[in-house]
Amino acid sequence: MKLDKSNKLKAGLAVAVSIILAKLFVIQIVDESFKIDASNNSMVYSIIYPPRGIIDDRNGKILVGNKIAYDLLVTPKEVGEFDTLALSRALDVPETFIREKMAGYYRDRRKIGYQSVVMLKQMTPEQYMKFAEISYMFPGFRGQARSIREYPYNAGGNLLGYVSEVDADFLKRHKDYSPGDYAGKTGIEATCEKYLKGEKGYNIYLRNSKNKIEGRYRDGEMDREAVPGKDISTTIDAELQHYGQELMKNKVGSLVAIEPATGEILTLVSSPGIDVEMLADIGSHYNDILANPYKPMFNRAVQSSYPPGSVFKLVNGLIGLQEGVFTPDTEYPCSMGYHFGRNTLACHDHRSPIDFEEAIMMSCNAYFCYVFRGLLESGRYGSVDEALDVWARYVKSFGFGEKLGSDFPSELGGFIPDSGYYDKIYGKGRWKATNVISLSIGQGEIGCTPLHLANLCATIANRGYYYIPHLIRDSKEVEIDDRYREKQYTLVDTVHFHEVIEGMYRAVNSGYASGGTATIAAVKGLDICGKTGTAQNPRGDDNSVFICFAPKDHPKIAVAAYVENASFGARWAAPLASLLVEKYLNGEICEERKPLERRMLDGYLLDKVKID
Amino acid sequence: MERFKGRGLKETLDWQLIIGYLILVFIGWLNIYASVQSAESVSIFDFGARSGKQFVWMMTAFGLAALILFVISPRIYESFSLPVYIATLVLLVSVIFLGVEVKGSRSWFEFGPVRFQPAEISKISTSLMLAAVMSQYGYKLNNLRNFIVTAAIVLVPMAIIVAQSETGSALVYCGFIFVLYREGLSGWILFMAGMAILLFILTMTLSPYMSVLVLLGIVSLCCGLYRNRFRKWLMIFFPAVVLLAFLPWGADRIAEALHAGEDAFVHNIRWEYLLAGAGLCALPYFAVRAYRERSGFLWASLAAFVAGLIFIFSVDFIFHDVLQDHQRKRIEVLLGLKDDPAGVGYNVNQSMIAIGSGGLFGKGFMKGTQTTYGFVPEQSTDFIFCTIGEEWGFVGSAATVLLFAFMIWRIIQDAERSREAFTRIYGYCVASCIFMHLFINVGMTIGIMPVIGIPLPFVSYGGSSLWAFTVLLFIFIALVRHERRYFGK
Repeated sequence: MKLDKSNKLKAGLAVAVSIILAKLFVIQIVDESFKIDASNNSMVYSIIYPPRGIIDDRNGKILVGNKIAYDLLVTPKEVGEFDTLALSRALDVPETFIREKMAGYYRDRRKIGYQSVVMLKQMTPEQYMKFAEISYMFPGFRGQARSIREYPYNAGGNLLGYVSEVDADFLKRHKDYSPGDYAGKTGIEATCEKYLKGEKGYNIYLRNSKNKIEGRYRDGEMDREAVPGKDISTTIDAELQHYGQELMKNKVGSLVAIEPATGEILTLVSSPGIDVEMLADIGSHYNDILANPYKPMFNRAVQSSYPPGSVFKLVNGLIGLQEGVFTPDTEYPCSMGYHFGRNTLACHDHRSPIDFEEAIMMSCNAYFCYVFRGLLESGRYGSVDEALDVWARYVKSFGFGEKLGSDFPSELGGFIPDSGYYDKIYGKGRWKATNVISLSIGQGEIGCTPLHLANLCATIANRGYYYIPHLIRDSKEVEIDDRYREKQYTLVDTVHFHEVIEGMYRAVNSGYASGGTATIAAVKGLDICGKTGTAQNPRGDDNSVFICFAPKDHPKIAVAAYVENASFGARWAAPLASLLVEKYLNGEICEERKPLERRMLDGYLLDKVKID
Repeated sequence: MERFKGRGLKETLDWQLIIGYLILVFIGWLNIYASVQSAESVSIFDFGARSGKQFVWMMTAFGLAALILFVISPRIYESFSLPVYIATLVLLVSVIFLGVEVKGSRSWFEFGPVRFQPAEISKISTSLMLAAVMSQYGYKLNNLRNFIVTAAIVLVPMAIIVAQSETGSALVYCGFIFVLYREGLSGWILFMAGMAILLFILTMTLSPYMSVLVLLGIVSLCCGLYRNRFRKWLMIFFPAVVLLAFLPWGADRIAEALHAGEDAFVHNIRWEYLLAGAGLCALPYFAVRAYRERSGFLWASLAAFVAGLIFIFSVDFIFHDVLQDHQRKRIEVLLGLKDDPAGVGYNVNQSMIAIGSGGLFGKGFMKGTQTTYGFVPEQSTDFIFCTIGEEWGFVGSAATVLLFAFMIWRIIQDAERSREAFTRIYGYCVASCIFMHLFINVGMTIGIMPVIGIPLPFVSYGGSSLWAFTVLLFIFIALVRHERRYFGK
């Protein structure tokens, strides 16, 4: 035969076909490992669920860990007759439950086919052992271990969020999950889902026709190990968070603490909140939580928009100084309030006239009305409209009116009005400074979250800039976004912060009967600087507000306390915030403040809050 | 041959091909029925089931075959090949915009219940066009203009099909290189293509270093053989290559002995660059030699060496930047770089188990369990061979493959005997198409090719594919018959 091209091609054909035949020969006749006779044997994929990543606090204490629980799986096709009574006893469920389940599986037998379905979820190891001992009596039933969440500290229920089984809607949106998987739904569990979840693995077993597992398929060489989730390190201080929650018990409101030098959130309490015990088993508590009139799922610290009250005077003062409307030495009179036309914006009784520092120290309403009106009517902006827009730009540079961009989900932006807003209400050119005068004392149309206030406090502590508040720290496995490392400067120069801080210092540390509004917050040696606020609440008593930071030089903590319907800022918010500062900086509460601490812990303000 | 003397139907038809075709179609039908067996048994003619539908496709395909054999004059193909080719290109492009999306690729037209893939027709029209152009009087493949036209005929539809993200179907077009080879393409080009594939696999599975080394070894071997210095090559180059193969390993051992850390210099030497650099340094010496000896072969070898180096170093780049994610995964699984039985490898793993569990004689018709319980995906279309392997065993699967091989061989035989270049070239096109489909499809189910979703000719479920292959084959049978009628061979 001539070796022409046609014959070469035919030879090539022969070689290719031989390769196929050889490989067929190997897998069909030689290699035993492919020889599972599927009529007698079949492969069982046993899913190994990875342990979810652990969530630590800033000191390495575990906030969220894992423990083992068991799901009971049933393969209805393999279930023969069995003793329902014995099973119900072993599982500690009513017999009717099992009967109903089995009847349900029978109805859906087409859909289920040879698959396994979950009959009982999250059995404790003790419960499971009871079943495991007699499981030989129940072919077709088997347990599957999975790790569920455990919370060593009762701290940060709302922050941490919960994990639950994915539903159909979730599956539609996330292709990489399958039914029976769990995913974080709220809080850190949700935002850090991609780190925490890990990767599922599986073991492949061979099962014979009598439902006996015969062994590993190909000695486990096709198995895949589960990859544990990555651990998350949070900025939360577990002890402080726990203490904050204790303080806020039976009060409605928030307590937020930030480390000014980094923007790390030390504590973020929303009260009433969710207990961590409920988180582990959210399913059985879900209806209680929904029925609770105080809405514990609602995270007030980042989702509630409040008027800031008098603490906002700090911002207006800073803007006035920067724009040169007045100087710290400027004195304004106050005769029980600020009078304009036939109206009066009332103030409390204090000496008059006073300078800027004293105005902050005593929280004089009239002083800031002069400042704010002076700003709006100074004439250098052309009109009140323009002036208000300048003001709004300054306010927004403090982070107000917009989402701060923290890593917490569903943060609220709040609201800062500008001229366009009032044009809509009054009509263009039909409003003037006196119409919006309540903005000067943080009332009226301003809305901000407690997180905004804590951030304001951190900004003042830093003398003019802040870091975006955040909950997740850099760790070996997870790196945070660069934006959390950038200083966010306000439009006010550092020099103007000096008098403001001095005023805040005097508000706390001037001693009783000096006129300082927050002397109750004073702690010896800590140099706390603070500002009280009393924000009107149309639904009942005023809200009690307080922001403070300490120490005055090189501040380590900035706190905002906001307690709904708790009257003056000095009455509840100031003691609460100062106790938190003292706990953080000193580790304990000093003797002479113990009675105050007791009073705060025992305080019950829930009945002051109107519920729908 | 004596029996072709007459001019009747019986004598002029290639009955061997037709019977082979009928057997394959019948095998397909039975196995489609077996593979979609559910709990309730339905009749093989149940039109709700796939087997029933396939029966309809079969009957219409037979009708088409009869039409081609008895109604349409075989003389029209040559003259109609250009308009048909252009119409197909229009269809191929328009399907990208007008087609429906199936499994991530826009390559199907949908008319009510009927779906069809222009890529299937394109195989026929490309084959006809290729045959028409290459059979023209005075055509020489070595003529650059002719070569460019020929390459364009194949590459244009191929490129459009790649644009439809039907890379698998496009791969079939690579088979046309065999036609070109038969019609005068240098064997070296086939050799180079084979080398490129070898180097690619080596680079991916072992290391670029090994790949460079093998390139060096093969280039030197070719030179040695060409200059009749095989013995010298065996004495000097071969041992050098073998020793060099242990170089990175040895360096690692030395580093270990020195307790060098992870960042130590020894660990970070890129040996492939060193070796390639050394090779390039020696290049001028060989260039001078080639110039002195006026050895075209040596020049070509040097060029091949440099091209090989470029190829190897760009493979990594291609792999990571050009290929799409799912293609990369499939190649990785095929090469055993990633073990992932429930992911991409799941199909292959399951289909190999199904085929492997068939044993020598198989489990018997409709007794297969891996396939009927739905472990194997797409078991009636792309993975139909699993059902054959599982239920009919090695005997059945080998017989099927051999039947295909026989048909391909028979087509080549007919093509070679033909007096008309058109028939011959078209015949080689048909053989190449069937061969590529067979090798890729069966290869994928037994794990020697990546998972590329193309059907097994005549056997897989689906009207579009069955019709296309029927037309492809019967045009050839008609062409052969036409010749036999007049030349009587």
